[in-house]
Formats: sequence, structure tokens, C-alpha cells
Amino acid sequence: MPVTNSNHSAINTASILLSATELTCIREERLLFDQLNIEVNSGDIIQIEGPNGSGKSSLLRILTGLSQPYDGKVFYKAQAIAQCREEFHQDLFYLGHLPGVKGEMSAQENLSFNLALQGSNAQHDDCEAALAKVNLTGFEESLASHLSAGQHRKIALARLHHSSAKIWLLDEPFTAIDKEGVLALEQLFKAHLARGGCVILTTHQDLLTFPAEQIKKITLEYSLNGYSE
Amino acid sequence: MPTSPLSYRATFGLVLKRDLTIAMRHKDDVINPLLFFVMVITLFPLGIGPEAQTLSRIAPGIIWVAALLSTLLSLDRLFKADHNDGSLEQMLLSPNPVFILVIAKITAHWLLTGLPLILMAPLLAVLLHLNEHSYSALMLTLLLGTPVLSLLGAIGVALTVGIKKGGVLLSLLVLPLYIPVLIFATSAIDTAALGLPYSGQLAIIAALFLGSLTLAPFAVAAALKVSTN
Repeated sequence: MPVTNSNHSAINTASILLSATELTCIREERLLFDQLNIEVNSGDIIQIEGPNGSGKSSLLRILTGLSQPYDGKVFYKAQAIAQCREEFHQDLFYLGHLPGVKGEMSAQENLSFNLALQGSNAQHDDCEAALAKVNLTGFEESLASHLSAGQHRKIALARLHHSSAKIWLLDEPFTAIDKEGVLALEQLFKAHLARGGCVILTTHQDLLTFPAEQIKKITLEYSLNGYSE
Repeated sequence: MPTSPLSYRATFGLVLKRDLTIAMRHKDDVINPLLFFVMVITLFPLGIGPEAQTLSRIAPGIIWVAALLSTLLSLDRLFKADHNDGSLEQMLLSPNPVFILVIAKITAHWLLTGLPLILMAPLLAVLLHLNEHSYSALMLTLLLGTPVLSLLGAIGVALTVGIKKGGVLLSLLVLPLYIPVLIFATSAIDTAALGLPYSGQLAIIAALFLGSLTLAPFAVAAALKVSTN
């Protein structure tokens, strides 16, 4: 299994945002990945590849701390994430399969609640501007239950425009998003990387505007092997 | 945009306001358990007969059992919807302590189920010919006891939220935990009917309230972590 090379002692650890050592994940008695080492520096964009069921989402959830790995540890700036939960979450943006948008609230209310919960001091106008940037102008006051799946994801992704988080973990961010939206997102990634952030994403689509050599890849393989101690 | 973690009070207010807003736009969720409460209580005079003496003897038990059941019916709302649309994950990944979010959600739940129930109870007590000395005891036990129902119930919901059909399991988990409240509440009301002091029973319910208020949020936070793993 090809992994990013991790050599803790030699590399300047100051720029390492997120790292994981010897991650092992077992789901339903199936070994998804074993002894995986990952190192994410500021300015990195990492694409996790692999067929369905190979553990891409599980890996992302482990990196956020939502799921616990069978073995191994995740570090935020060289500190175990459980030891610096609040600091880490302050610096983390995660979008999973589910966008976390409430149907009973309007697009505007959803965005401003999620931003406020993250501790952002974004005002009403900032939210409107962010929604305009994801092409949701005119839908600000519509209840989210009246909007489409793609629009739900756009509401969730609008937070990226006001996010000060350095680490973006995105699970299939392009799902249900139109072409224009995908290009806009890639522009957003570029600006984020230039500011010293990092992006880790799973996607089956190729990133269009990034040169292939800039994207680091982690490839997971689908294995049917059971795990035995 | 700069972010800084919210104060505990601001986080509490933010989540409380959100949950109340959602409930107000989804009124049947609030009204149905209340209607259930009224309906169960009106069934007893119909089934047992309108004889005042019998009814007044069993009134405390009926009101309290109906309160337990209608709380149980409303518990699902606490975390289920948030779990299903992904907003629970986002809350757990926010830089705020989980127990604050949990206390806010439980408070919202009590305001929407416990409080209306307390307001309805005296009317229904008239229907059941509750002893006239028992009214203050009924109100006090409900005031101290219904928050305990919400707090203990939250632990059960947090444990079962990841299970597809957790409804029956939830009642099996939670109802035994409700027994102490039921025993001391009905005993207080019975004692009051005899014109005796019932401060001992009230003190025990108050102790249950304070104990669950301080401990339940941490249990819920831990259970949610397990359920989202």
C-alpha cells in the first residue's frame, strides 16, 4: 500500500498540520487498511483514492476523531488529537456524506448557526455574501427542505468562505454539485492552499484545474481479507 | 475571518434557540406527545368508571405514568433527526465542549415536553378527582421530576441513536431508570392527600434532579461518541 513517507525526526515538524501513524482500521471483520502513515503539511492537497468500500470515508472519519482506529494515532501539530480537542476542532472543517443542514431552517439560518457554533463572528451580510458565492442568491430565506440535495451541500460548503480552519477534510465534496460549482470549489482550494492550509478529499472525479504533480495521492485497495491476530 | 471559541453561555443560548426554532416549525412533534398525555389520562375514567373515590385513589399514578410514557414518546426527537442529517457530527466537531451542547438540547426538550405537561396536569387532575390537598404536591413533583425524565432519557437516546429501530430498545433501557422518580412522586402526592408533610419525598426527587443534571450530560456525551463511531 503506497503511503506518504513519514520520517518524523528529519523533516521540519513545524509545518506538519496533521499526521497519523500506523493507522489500522477494521470494519465488520474486514481489514480496510493496515499500518497507514500519513503526513499532511500546510499547502498540501491530498486525494484519497480507492473503489467503493475501500475505507476512504472511514479514514477521513478517523482523521477527524469521530471514529476510533483499531490501532494507531492521529496527531494535530504533533499532539494527539484527543489531548487538544478544542484547538484541533477550531482548525478543522469536515464535510461528510451528510451535509448537516436542517430542513426546518432557511439557508441563511443554517449557515449562520454553523458559523456561530464554530466561533466565527460572521454577520448576516457575511452569510449572504457566502451564499451568493455558492450561487444560492435568492434562496437565502427558503427553508432548506424545499431545496435540492446539491443545494444542501452548497449550504454546507458556503462555510468554507468564512472558515479560518487550516485543515479541510472533505468526503466527496463534488457530489451533486454542478460544473460551475466544482470549478469555484477548486479555486477556493487554491486560495486556501496559498494561505497555508491543507485539503484532504475523497473523490472519484479528477480535479480539473490542479496539475497532477501537485496532488498527493493515497490509494486504498479493496480487500476481502479477514483480519486475524 | 477570525474565530474564537464561544463562551459556555453563548453556546448554550445558540443551541437552545436553534432547537426551539426547529420545534416551532415542526409543531406536531411538540403537540403529539401532549395529546397522547391527555388521551391516556382520559381513557382511565372511561375504562374504570366515573366513581370519584376510585379515581382519586389512582389519580397520582395515572398522571405520572402518562407523563413517563409521553416523555418516552418524545425522546426520539432529541438526537435522532440531528443524527440522520449529519448535524450531530458537525456539533461534535465544533470546538465547544460536548456537555454544553447536550445540556442545551435537553433544556430545549424539557421546555417543549415537560413544561407543557406541567401546565396541563392540574386540568387533568380535576378530571380524575385528585384530592384537593394534593395539587401543590402534584405540581412540585412534576416540576422537579420531569427534568429528570428528560435527562435520563437523553442517555438512552444517545445510546440507541445509531440503531435503525431503536424505539423498543429505548423504552426497555429508559423505563427502569424512571422507576425511582415514579415511586417517590406518587408517594409524595399520596402523603399530601392525607395531610401529612411530604418534604422527604420531594427532597429525594430534588436529589435525583441534581444528580442527573450534573452527571447525565457527561454520560450523554460519551454515549454520542460511541454512537457516531
